[in-house]
Amino acid sequence: MTSPSPVAKSMTIGEAVLVPLFAATAFLCLFGAAMGHDTAYVFHASLATVASLAAAFVILNHYYDRPAQLPPQEINGRPNYNLGPIKFSAWMAVFWGIAGFAVGLLIASQLAWPALNFDLPWTSFGRLRPLHTSAVVFAFGGNVLIATSFYVVQKTCRTRLAGELAPWFVVVGYNFFILIAGTGYLLGVTQSKEYAEPEWYADLWLTIVWVTYLLVFLMTLVKRQEPHIFVANWFYLAFIVTIAVLHLGNNPALPVSLLGSKSYIAWGGVQDAMFQWWYGHNAVGFFLTAGFLAIMYYFIPKRAERPVYSYRLSIIHFWALIFLYIWAGPHHLHYTALPDWAQTLGMTFSIMLWMPSWGGMINGLMTLSGAWDRLRTDPVLRMLVVSVAFYGMATFEGPMMSIKVVNSLSHYTDWTVGHVHSGALGWVGFVSFGALYCLIPWLWNRPLYSLKLVNWHFWISTIGIVLYISAMWVSGILQGLMWRAYTSLGFLEYSFIESVEAMHPFYIIRAAGGALFLIGALIMTFNLWMTVKAQSADQAQGAGLLQPAE
Amino acid sequence: MSLWNRHKIFEKNSIILIAGILVVIAIGGLVEIAPLFYLKSTIEKVDGVRPYTPLELAGRNIYVREGCYLCHSQMIRPLRDEVERYGHYSLAAESMYDHPFQWGSKRTGPDLARVGAKYSDEWHVTHLIDPRAIVPQSVMPGYPSLANTEVDQIDMEAHLRTSRVVGVPYTDDQIKNAVADLKAQVDPDSPNLEAFQKRYPKAGVRNFDGKAGNPTELDALVAYLQMLGTLVDFKLYDEKANLR
Repeated sequence: MTSPSPVAKSMTIGEAVLVPLFAATAFLCLFGAAMGHDTAYVFHASLATVASLAAAFVILNHYYDRPAQLPPQEINGRPNYNLGPIKFSAWMAVFWGIAGFAVGLLIASQLAWPALNFDLPWTSFGRLRPLHTSAVVFAFGGNVLIATSFYVVQKTCRTRLAGELAPWFVVVGYNFFILIAGTGYLLGVTQSKEYAEPEWYADLWLTIVWVTYLLVFLMTLVKRQEPHIFVANWFYLAFIVTIAVLHLGNNPALPVSLLGSKSYIAWGGVQDAMFQWWYGHNAVGFFLTAGFLAIMYYFIPKRAERPVYSYRLSIIHFWALIFLYIWAGPHHLHYTALPDWAQTLGMTFSIMLWMPSWGGMINGLMTLSGAWDRLRTDPVLRMLVVSVAFYGMATFEGPMMSIKVVNSLSHYTDWTVGHVHSGALGWVGFVSFGALYCLIPWLWNRPLYSLKLVNWHFWISTIGIVLYISAMWVSGILQGLMWRAYTSLGFLEYSFIESVEAMHPFYIIRAAGGALFLIGALIMTFNLWMTVKAQSADQAQGAGLLQPAE
Repeated sequence: MSLWNRHKIFEKNSIILIAGILVVIAIGGLVEIAPLFYLKSTIEKVDGVRPYTPLELAGRNIYVREGCYLCHSQMIRPLRDEVERYGHYSLAAESMYDHPFQWGSKRTGPDLARVGAKYSDEWHVTHLIDPRAIVPQSVMPGYPSLANTEVDQIDMEAHLRTSRVVGVPYTDDQIKNAVADLKAQVDPDSPNLEAFQKRYPKAGVRNFDGKAGNPTELDALVAYLQMLGTLVDFKLYDEKANLR
């Protein structure tokens, strides 16, 4: 089957363990598919059966096809970087990004024109909204984080990624989790904890994948060839390990049956609320902030060809940020049945959090000192820098909204939605786009297809974000003021439905903003696709030229 | 040796770095979460609060499944306008049997913490099937399929048993009769009615969706909505007892 090789071929531990494990999983899932109590469970068990069989087959097939020796750690004294899983994850990020933005546009339109719910269970706002948030946060953002972290940790440690199968297990396994979670929402499988909606079996699977991710990352750090751990890796490590802790703390649940999708969460009432927002706010703090700050700390210096502005500032930034963030959760529960002292603690720490956030922003922005002129000529760098500016804006707005009196107006309104999106579209979105514009050309070793298109993407998306967040500011504050407005006789001035009616024009503007953001992302997809495709044409040509000579 | 130099131990040792991260992130969570399991104001018991009936629990699970919490909060804040618009501010005890909690974070629609008994069953039935038939400006999706889908009865006992394990005090009697109670609550002529009302005092018994036969998902959801916020009698509740 393969060419004879001097070294006897043997299975790696990963191959020897995973093949029977996947075969056993396939059998278990087949049993689940046959005996399951509800359609969603049977569907997911069937998906898992097919996926496990495919995984076992692919691993076995790869074993027979590969040479006896594993890929070398170094070639000619240079690290032999493992780029395959990164390429996969980067494209999955693009795919889920488009899907997530499109669903976002749909649900934004549903709020403006409710007929778009079609009154079918699987197209109603309540089921699509978790699909949107999970697709953009965990699928798009998560794949960007996994891809960039695997790239950055290899480059800054000057070593090949730990494990051969493990990184593939992480990227494919993570995307399988997304598939299970996303299809589950459409079928009504949810535990209703915001940003932690997936049910128990999806949570279990994610735990396995995430621990593997942590191990791959940590083992790569351990075998590094550089004495120092680069600052971006601190942030990646804090992101990975904290998300693991949060996931385990927030999700312990008892399934009604091992053959059904429904479970009851271990925590109840006020304790559940506190766990949820300890998790929820730190999903923002560690997934959407620490992880993407790692991107900032690697990609901006690299792109600007300048060192990080201040090393000492990054040390303070790091420890202060991760220490303070964890406390901020209760600001989601102001004036609720959560005890007052916990609310006040949450508010206090949220306000303090402003300092490390802006410290980080300054560190990112000032990295450009001496290279500011590049903003005019390099739209990718501009995207990265504007993302940091949005980060600064969102991390000023957040502490402000966590002040109890401000929160009494802003909570439950669209202002919160606007705040989240100035962070998500402006900061996370733009820093991800910037990173992808750097990463894809680096991975395929080609120049970017068109800088002009990046410029178009930048401006169209920026206008989209501005429309989105300003519409939400106006509608949110309007809503909050209408709810608390009194007539001169001391009666509530507006019925609730009058406030709903008043939102209509802003919901249309918001949807228009979302549409522009989606168009920008489609332009990016085309640009990245052409970048990669140009190479394959090149390669084919090169191969054609070389063949006769052989 | 300056402090900056001492920091090198984290920069050069991945295991010490990860240990440092774990210690730093543990503090805030421990301080804020652990006390909630023993402080009086968070674990107080209030007269009237009882576990959900099987039908209400089934309705609650539909509420969860359809993502109602994404647009409707169930948490009235002690602010003048909210108390006047929705009723008495919410107590921790009122959601003590909620696994998971449904406080919500957004009011695209109004708060539902005390929606129970505010509207007729018929209003809810019409509104759930076609919201704009009753409120023309509403942006709520319609849920016509609820009316045609029967509540899944197979696992009802297991639902109560599982809830008990996570802390809802269902009795053996309640668990054993879960399916009978589910049916009894929509049937005022049921022979099990008396036993049901003994197990769940003051629970509403009527044909919620107006159609005879096995309970539909619409029955369950309306039964749940109609009991929200009705358990505590605020004429008797002592506000000063648990000042928060």
